[in-house]
Amino acid sequence: MEGWDPNTKSTLTQIPLLTTKAGPRDGAAWTTRLKEEYKALIAYTQMNKSNDNDWFRISAANPEGTRWTGKCWYVHNLLKYEFDLQFDIPVTYPSTAPELELPQLDGKTQKMYRGGKICLTVHFKPLWAKNCPRFGIAHALCLGLAPWLAAEVPVLVDSGMIKHKDDATSTSES
Amino acid sequence: MEAELKEMLNDLDSLKQSLPDPSNLASSILKLQSRVEHLTKLAKSAPVRRTKVQDMSAEVVDSNPYSRLMALQRMGIVDNYERIRDFSVAIVGIGGVGSVAAEMLTRCGIGRLLLYDYDKVELANMNRLFFRPEQVGMTKTDAASQTLSDINPDVVLESFTLNITTVQGFETFMSSLRNKSFRPNKEGSGVDLVLSCVDNYEARMAVNQACNELNQTWMESGVSEDAVSGHIQLLIPGETACFACAPPLVVASGVDERTLKREGVCAASLPTTMGVVAGLLVQNTLKLLLQFGQVSPYLGYNSLKDFFPTMEMRPNPQCSNAACLERQKEYLLVKPAREAAIIAKMEAEVLSVPEGPLHTDNEWNISVVDDSAPERTDATSSDALPDGLTRELPAADEFQKFPAAEPATATFDDIEELRKQLDALNAD
Ligand SMILES: [Zn+2]
Repeated sequence: MEGWDPNTKSTLTQIPLLTTKAGPRDGAAWTTRLKEEYKALIAYTQMNKSNDNDWFRISAANPEGTRWTGKCWYVHNLLKYEFDLQFDIPVTYPSTAPELELPQLDGKTQKMYRGGKICLTVHFKPLWAKNCPRFGIAHALCLGLAPWLAAEVPVLVDSGMIKHKDDATSTSES
Repeated sequence: MEAELKEMLNDLDSLKQSLPDPSNLASSILKLQSRVEHLTKLAKSAPVRRTKVQDMSAEVVDSNPYSRLMALQRMGIVDNYERIRDFSVAIVGIGGVGSVAAEMLTRCGIGRLLLYDYDKVELANMNRLFFRPEQVGMTKTDAASQTLSDINPDVVLESFTLNITTVQGFETFMSSLRNKSFRPNKEGSGVDLVLSCVDNYEARMAVNQACNELNQTWMESGVSEDAVSGHIQLLIPGETACFACAPPLVVASGVDERTLKREGVCAASLPTTMGVVAGLLVQNTLKLLLQFGQVSPYLGYNSLKDFFPTMEMRPNPQCSNAACLERQKEYLLVKPAREAAIIAKMEAEVLSVPEGPLHTDNEWNISVVDDSAPERTDATSSDALPDGLTRELPAADEFQKFPAAEPATATFDDIEELRKQLDALNAD
């Protein structure tokens, strides 16, 4: 795991791995996979809470578990910046990772594709491909979103692209 | 509009006549007059939509939009150019490559185009070809339909504003490819070829999934994120490697990855590289559909060195895609007959060539080596890749089951219970 900080690495190894290779079009196998996704997400959320590093909320937005919505946040200079988080499970999942979207930041940073999809590091896709089908949603959040927020939120705040919601001078808070 | 402008000119004229003496007012009236005259000229040159053409004519007249294309037939390059009107091509991704490919096929008089994209036109797209600034804000599919139907109203256009990687988008994509209303007696699906012009791995894998399931021949295209290289690839389910048979290939740009500065940007793009790749893609499409020349199985483009690597890839018998494996089984059954037909055709061509070597004296001592056969490799062998090509992603590790690795906490196995458990964690 070259190119990852030790913190991400050690967190990642504690998230339960998945075993079922199934996508949303695979019927019963997808239900099995979905259970594994929940177990990994529950374990990861519990782990974050007990490490005092709670940083996201995510839940399925439809009964099939193909669309997920929630929130994520990052603390910079003692202020908490919170963003909506959403993504679809692609038909070719888990061969391809979900594309994580932060719609409120669309157009505010170069490190983003259209529609607010975050631009992952060169290290993410190779690691995901190598570990198919063992990585799931929890791993995508840990490997994709957490490092992205850590790298981009300080830049967005310092450049004035985003303002804290309590900032009195801010009228264009998104 | 022209009549209105003429009336306005008359009004201005009578207004000028009625003025007592040359004054400031007269000069502003003169200015107005010249403005109206300019507008009148513009109105006269306003676009006129051409009417539909019933049959493709080879007649060489200024007014025939197809004369130069039908000349391909007269010159013996293409046997029957008019067949192009029978073909349906689906283009997935109407960006820098897909929009240009769509325009080329439209100008060639393709029968029917199906366009797929979920995106809108942005000012940031203006470094590429095709879209115009006044189309900013329109969906790419609407903007493309507008331009393409103006260029050639003979082409049947169908547009789909959707994301093919989502479950719903994928189903619509599949059923649109199956729809045979354009040519009900066509074998197989409702389209002759799918062109993938998307800019990401996820969408390519979705196109691959659909085409494997439908046994649909397709072509993949791509431009590197540093904008200096690209490729096109022909994929025939069961016969060639599918997109999931091996990690995707990329044309090495020759730029050291470690010196490539990725900080602060996702991707660069150039109209040149995208135009070249679109041109290579549509050229290969025309050759495949109209059966002329050699259809390239894989053609890379390294713009920094002007190097074009080629190769051919056999399917992977251990491909992770189930539909690919089914197509491979089917292909093995028809392969002997297909190969016999190819050999018979080659023999017939050899017989029709005049006998004797072309240059008996060989004054320049040139030795002609048959380098037309591209390098052929198995989809999985990465060592045997031709120069200038590398793998973009690693292969999945050997899949190991984790025996009894289930954590003791996972006592619930009911999906509703698991959902509630996560919700409870989310609540505080
Ligand atoms: Zn395959």
